[in-house]
Amino acid sequence: MKTVRSAPQPGKARLTTSAMIASIAAEGQKTKPAPFGRALVELARSRPDVVGMTADLGKYTDLHIFAKEFPDRYYQMGMAEQLLFGAASGLAAEGFMPFATTYAVFASRRAYDFIHQTIAEEDRNVKIVCALPGLTSGYGPSHQAAEDLALFRAMPNMTVIDPCDAHEIEQLVPAIAAHQGPVYMRLLRGQVPVVLDEYDYKFELGKAKLIRDGKDVLIISSGIMTMRALEALQALKDDRVDAAVLHVPTIKPLDAETILREAGKSGRLVVVAENHTTIGGLGEAVAALLMRSGVHPPFRQIALPDEFLDAGALPTLHDRYGISTAEVARQIKQWL
Amino acid sequence: METLTNTPKLADRAYNIRRNALRMGEVQGQGYIAQALDISDVLAVAYFHAMRYRPEDPSWEDRDRFLLSNGHYAIALYAALIEAGIVPEEELETYGSDESRLPMSGMASYTPGMEMSGGSLGLGLSIAVGMSLGLKRKKSEARVYTLFSDGELDEGSVWEAIQSAGHYKLDNLIGIVDVNNQQADGPSTQVMAFEPLVEKLQAFGWFVQRIDGNDLDAVIAAFDAAKSHPEPKPRMIVADTLMGKGVPFLEQREKNHFIRVEQHEWQLALAALEAGRQV
Ligand SMILES: Cc1ncc(C[n+]2csc(CCOP(=O)(O)OP(=O)(O)O)c2C)c(N)n1
Ligand SMILES: [Mg+2]
Repeated sequence: MKTVRSAPQPGKARLTTSAMIASIAAEGQKTKPAPFGRALVELARSRPDVVGMTADLGKYTDLHIFAKEFPDRYYQMGMAEQLLFGAASGLAAEGFMPFATTYAVFASRRAYDFIHQTIAEEDRNVKIVCALPGLTSGYGPSHQAAEDLALFRAMPNMTVIDPCDAHEIEQLVPAIAAHQGPVYMRLLRGQVPVVLDEYDYKFELGKAKLIRDGKDVLIISSGIMTMRALEALQALKDDRVDAAVLHVPTIKPLDAETILREAGKSGRLVVVAENHTTIGGLGEAVAALLMRSGVHPPFRQIALPDEFLDAGALPTLHDRYGISTAEVARQIKQWL
Repeated sequence: METLTNTPKLADRAYNIRRNALRMGEVQGQGYIAQALDISDVLAVAYFHAMRYRPEDPSWEDRDRFLLSNGHYAIALYAALIEAGIVPEEELETYGSDESRLPMSGMASYTPGMEMSGGSLGLGLSIAVGMSLGLKRKKSEARVYTLFSDGELDEGSVWEAIQSAGHYKLDNLIGIVDVNNQQADGPSTQVMAFEPLVEKLQAFGWFVQRIDGNDLDAVIAAFDAAKSHPEPKPRMIVADTLMGKGVPFLEQREKNHFIRVEQHEWQLALAALEAGRQV
């Protein structure tokens, strides 16, 4: 017999699930609207081979901006993710460069075989751009792509990217276009936080970048967890913890040289922080690299647990699963 | 609820379902309320005319199964489950809140009476095929009802299930597709041409009826015919519906997958619903 949860206690005020189109930006944070859509329009002006494709999520992946600017270079495939990626492969075979968008869950789970066989195996020049990466939806497991990086890392030929903010997204759109071959890119959409501009950051495909140096802890992070790590620095400093932050937007191929150089400096706890399950993402990729290379710093992982995550408000869930700024700081202090 | 009864009248049931949905929408401040209003008449007939179930025992072995393939319509199904006494009315105010059993996207592990976990669209009919086969194996008289949306017609998996239901002559399977002509990026007929739907479904071996899904008498007749039809075929009800039905200012609002409703409008919507009530 089916078991369901028990009813909640009555009368307690609770947060409500934000809409799936909600921004991950904090109240008052500096943001930019639709950095991916705008950057793609810019790119397409000089690259007539660029086409945009979606599976009924143009409005929800900022591709509608491209569609408006270049209506005859835009293909609405309907809510059919398998078709989306099969057709993207076909357009790539005919010499075009499709940017194909949907949610991360549907590219990784629904369309995996189509991407594996028609795009990765054929090494087709398709850019797969997916909103709602990791835990960025309160809708429950159907919309929470906790394992997308693991799945796409495991695919030969695939380049895998987890950007932090609008500043980075703007730069990586032309960069992945310049790279010949399939790319999986996690997308932040809508009002996207701007964080890395203050650190004089420049995106380079395949390169990890030290954003801040510090002597007690090395936080190795990707995606929004780099933003969280930077936000946690103040709380750590208040407790006299001096933390370094190494941002690793390219999950595959991994920048082994930089990671080994930083993790090899003695006396620092290494913490890998990712918006992804503990299984198969940046944390395990870094751990395996260190083991294989004979580099053995104390090592900890901040990542989502190996379980089906709850539905609910994002701030509640980020606290519950340890990826909020406060939780990042708390866990690191506890490990020192 | 094992014996069918028409009291209170189905129109009252539909009204109550719409009212429950609006009250939940107010809690969350936004959501799929226009869809809930368009499908309330279908749910009223399903839960208070067609289906056999026991409110106090949602897992009763002989119940008719109801699969919500379009999980984002959960607000509508919760409204019906509350009206049916399967979900307690006081939980209504927890809709979409932390710890609630009524999450914004329907999931079987959260809610009594919810038979599948949706959210990822295009899964329901496949499950329905398996359940229908299983019920036949068990020599059960129970039926499998599956509600899905016109956007789901885009998914290949939906047509795989439609083809196999025809192949296996699943006369215990009743599909209902909500043709509200809306999906995420725009009007469904423009996003991906899916007509002529009736002819396609017939060609796949289904007994098909196309009705105005907001005409209660037509909905009742369609469910009756779907149950009593003599041919060994799966049955599909193609329900053309109007988003926002029952609240004129929402019916007229620009059609959108996610309609905007301002905070002060929820009470206005309840009042408009009440004003339009036929007694
Ligand atoms: C497999 C899958 N792809 C994409 C989505 C994102 N999505 C959620 S609702 C929706 C529109 C589906 O059409 P429909 O249910 O007819 O929309 P509505 O009538 O509610 O506007 C889409 C594309 C999803 N939930 N599942
Ligand atoms: Mg629809």
